[in-house]
Amino acid sequence: MNFELTDEQRLLQDSVQRFARDHYDFSAWRARTGRGVGFDRGLWKQMADLGWLSLTAPEEDGGLGGSPVDTMVIMEGVGRALMLEPFVASTVFAPTLLPRLAGSERTELIAAAMAGTAVVTLADAEPDGRFDLAAVSTRAERTAAGFRLTGEKSHALDGAEADWFVVPARTSGEGAEEAGITLFLVARDAPGLAVHAIRAMDHRRNASLSLDGVEVSAGAVIGEVGQGFGLARHAVDLAIVARLAEAVGAMEAAYEQTLQHLKTRKQFGQAIGSFQALQHRAVDMAIACEEARSMTYLATIAVSSSDPARRQTIAAAKARVGQTSLYVARQAVQLHGGMGFSDELAIGHYLKRLVMIDLAFGNAAEHRRQFAAARAA
Amino acid sequence: MLFDRTLMDLDLDPADRAFRDEVRAFFTENTPDAFKARVRAGMRLEPHEFVAWQKLLHARGWGAPSWPKEYGGTGWTPTQLYIFESEASLADAPVQYHQGLELIGPIIFTFGNAEQKARYLPRILSSDDWWCQGYSEPNAGSDLASLSTRAVRDGDCYVVDGQKMWTSYAQVANRMFCLVRTDPEGRKQAGISLLLLDIDMPGVSIRPIITMDEIHHTNEVFLDNVRVPAANLIGEEGQGWGYGKVLLDRERGVTAATTMRLRQQLRGARAAAAQARTSQGALLDDPVTADRLAQLEIEVIALEGMVMRTMAEAASGKDSGPRASMIKVRWSELLQEVTEFWVETMGYDAAAFGPIGNGAPTEPWPMMGMLYSRVTSIYGGANEIQRNIIARRALGL
Ligand SMILES: Cc1cc2nc3c(=O)[nH]c(=O)nc-3n(C[C@H](O)[C@H](O)[C@H](O)COP(=O)(O)OP(=O)(O)OC[C@H]3O[C@@H](n4cnc5c(N)ncnc54)[C@H](O)[C@@H]3O)c2cc1C
Ligand SMILES: Cc1cc2nc3c(=O)[nH]c(=O)nc-3n(C[C@H](O)[C@H](O)[C@H](O)COP(=O)(O)OP(=O)(O)OC[C@H]3O[C@@H](n4cnc5c(N)ncnc54)[C@H](O)[C@@H]3O)c2cc1C
Repeated sequence: MNFELTDEQRLLQDSVQRFARDHYDFSAWRARTGRGVGFDRGLWKQMADLGWLSLTAPEEDGGLGGSPVDTMVIMEGVGRALMLEPFVASTVFAPTLLPRLAGSERTELIAAAMAGTAVVTLADAEPDGRFDLAAVSTRAERTAAGFRLTGEKSHALDGAEADWFVVPARTSGEGAEEAGITLFLVARDAPGLAVHAIRAMDHRRNASLSLDGVEVSAGAVIGEVGQGFGLARHAVDLAIVARLAEAVGAMEAAYEQTLQHLKTRKQFGQAIGSFQALQHRAVDMAIACEEARSMTYLATIAVSSSDPARRQTIAAAKARVGQTSLYVARQAVQLHGGMGFSDELAIGHYLKRLVMIDLAFGNAAEHRRQFAAARAA
Repeated sequence: MLFDRTLMDLDLDPADRAFRDEVRAFFTENTPDAFKARVRAGMRLEPHEFVAWQKLLHARGWGAPSWPKEYGGTGWTPTQLYIFESEASLADAPVQYHQGLELIGPIIFTFGNAEQKARYLPRILSSDDWWCQGYSEPNAGSDLASLSTRAVRDGDCYVVDGQKMWTSYAQVANRMFCLVRTDPEGRKQAGISLLLLDIDMPGVSIRPIITMDEIHHTNEVFLDNVRVPAANLIGEEGQGWGYGKVLLDRERGVTAATTMRLRQQLRGARAAAAQARTSQGALLDDPVTADRLAQLEIEVIALEGMVMRTMAEAASGKDSGPRASMIKVRWSELLQEVTEFWVETMGYDAAAFGPIGNGAPTEPWPMMGMLYSRVTSIYGGANEIQRNIIARRALGL
C-alpha cells in the first residue's frame, strides 16, 4: 500500500501550485467570469507549454504516457483555484478516445489536443436517459461514405468551447443495450450539428447538441463499430476520478478558508472558533475532507486496474465524495455567515463548483444505485 | 391529495369555509402567471413585482393580514390567517415583502407616536414606502448588540455616522429603520436607539453586494454625518434594543407564514421528478426517489403542525416559548433540503444556469432558489444563534 507521490509528481504539484498563485488568484478569476468570458486561451497555451496537456497522451503519439495519478495531481489544483480550462476534455477524453480513431487524422488531432489548439469532449448523456451511458437513442445510419447521425445529446462538459465532440450513437440495438453503440468524432462546424452553449452556475460553459442528419466518414469511428460502450465507460470512469480530485481540491480550499475565518472573525468579543458548536462543525468538515481524499485515492488506483470491484469502487467514491464535499461547502458558507453568501468570496463559488461536480456523470443518488447494481451483478 | 389542499379542511366551520372559497377565488384570479415559477422555486420576486402585489392586496382590503383593524389591518383570526397563507401557497401566489409590513409597521403601531403612525402606516399598506432594515454592521452580525453606528444629539437632530451591512433592498427603499448607538457607556444593549431615516437624506450612500445566486438583494449603507430629525426617534432614546427584540421575535413569526410555502417547493420538486426521464421510466416511479420525497413531505407536515399550534396559542395569548426559533431552524433546513432534492431530480437540466452572450434565455429558478436557500439559515439570526437562544432561554442551559 503506497499512497505517496513520486518525485516527478511532486514537481508537477509544485508547478500547478505556482501557476495557480501567479495566474489564478481569486480576484483575477472574478474579473474574468464577470466579463463573461470562458476559459483563457492564453493561459491554456501556457499550460500546454508546461506539458500538462501531454501528460496522459500515449508515448507513441508524443505524449508522456502518464497515469490517472498524474491527472489527479493536476485536477486537485484545478479545483483549488476554480480553474475554468477544459482539463477533463484534454487530459482524459482526448488521450483516451483519439488514439482509437479510425481515420488518419488521429496523429494530427492528438498533437493539436496536446498543444491546446483542439478541444475534444464527450457528449455523455441524452434527454431521456438521465445518467445512463447506455441509454443511447441517437441513430447512426450507414451511408455510401460513412454514417448519418440524428438525435439529441443533453450534455457535453465544456462543450461551449469544444472544437470536436465524441458522439455515441446506435448502429444497432435499442433502448439501454450496451451492444450496438458506436462512438463518432464530429467536428463542431459539421452541417446539421447545432451546439446549444449554456453557462452553468460554476461558470463552466457546457453544451447540449442536436444532430440532424450529420454526415461523417467511416474514418470518424472511434474504436469498433457497435462496441463503443466499453470505451465510453472507461473514458467516463477516468473523467469521474479526475473530477473527484478536483472536488477534493475545492473542498479542502473551502475548509481551509473556513478554518482561517473561525480564527480571525470575532463576535461577542472572541474568535467565533472558540464556540464549541463551530469547533465540532469544523471537526466534521475535517473528517469529511479526509474521507473524500481517501476515497479519491482508492478510485484513482482502481480505475486503471483489473480489479473486478473496480466499478463499485468508482461508484462508491463518486457517491461519497459528492456527499462529503457538499457537506463541507455548505458548512463553509454557513460558518462564514453573510460573507459566505456573497459573490465576492470564493466560498460560494466552491459550493457551486461542487454542486456541478456532484451532478457530473451522475450524482450521489445515481452512484448509490450503480454501486448496488454492480454488487448484484 | 394532502399537498393539494389545506390541512384544516376537515374542521372548518361554515364561515371559515366561505372565507376560504373567497380567498381561493381571489388568488386564482389575481396571481400573475409570470410570478408562479419563481415563487414555486422559493425565489424572491423583483421589487416592482412586490410593490404591484402589495397594491393589489391593499385594494382588496387585505394589505396587512396580520395587523389589527384600527391600523388598516384585516383583524383576522389565526384560522383565517392560516387559510389565507395556505391558499396563497396553493395558488403559487407570492409572500408579501415583510420589512415594512411585518418588521417596522408593528413597531410603529406599538411604540410610535400618533404623528408617526399617521405618517408611516398608510404608506406601508399602500406600498408607497419601501422600508429597509439597517441593523447589521460589518462587526455586528450575530453579536448585534455591539453595533457601533453612532447617533449624537445636536439641537433638534441626531447626527448619524457609521456603516450598515447587508441592508436588503436599500437600492429601492426610500426609508430605513436603523439601530444606532446613542450612548456609548454602560451595558451595550442599553445605549441603542431606533431611528427612522429617509434614504435621500444627505450623507447616505449605498454600495451593492451581489450574492451567490447572482442577484442584487443587498447592500452596504454608509452613513456620513446624516442629520436625522429627532422627531424620527421611535419611543424613547436608549430603548431601541427592547423594541428591536420584539421585532426580531416577529421576524421569526414571519417564517411561520413562510413555512406554509414549503408545499410550493415540494410540488415543484414532485413535478420535476415526474417529468425527469430515466432509462427505466419516470424518475418519480423510482422507489428511492419516491421514498426521499415522502420523507421530505412528512417533515413538512410535522413542521406545519408546529406552526398551527403556535398560531392557536397566539390567538389565546399564550406564550409559545422557543417554538418560533425552532420553526425558523427547521423551515430553513427543510427549504434547503427540498430545493436541493428538486435540483437533483433535474439531472443535466440543472447545468443550464445562464445564457452565453445573446444566447437563448434560461429559467434557472430551481437552481437560484436552491442557492438562495443557503442564506435562510444565516439571516434573521443564524441557526447557531437560534439554537443558543433556545438552549439559554428555554432549556435553562
Ligand atoms: C461500557 C463502558 C466501558 C468503559 N470502559 C472503560 C475502561 O475500560 N477504562 C476507563 O477508564 N473508563 C471506561 N469507561 C468510562 C468512559 O471512558 C467514560 O464513561 C467516558 O470517559 C465519559 O465519562 P462519563 O461517563 O463521566 O460522562 P461525562 O464526562 O459526564 O459526559 C457526559 C456527556 O457530556 C459530554 N461532555 C462532557 N464534557 C464535554 C465537553 N467539554 N464538551 C462537550 N461535551 C462534553 C460527553 O461527551 C457525554 O456525552 C467505560 C464506559 C463505558 C460506558
Ligand atoms: C442576503 C442577506 C440579506 C440580509 N438582510 C439584512 C437586512 O436587510 N438587514 C439587516 O440588518 N441584516 C441583514 N442581513 C444580515 C444577517 O442578519 C447577518 O448576516 C446574520 O445575522 C449573521 O451575521 P454575520 O453575517 O455577521 O455572521 P457572523 O455573526 O460573523 O457569524 C458567522 C458564523 O458564526 C456563527 N456564530 C456566531 N456567533 C456564534 C455563537 N455565539 N455560537 C455559535 N455560533 C456562532 C454564526 O452562526 C455563523 O455561522 C442579511 C444577510 C444576508 C446574507
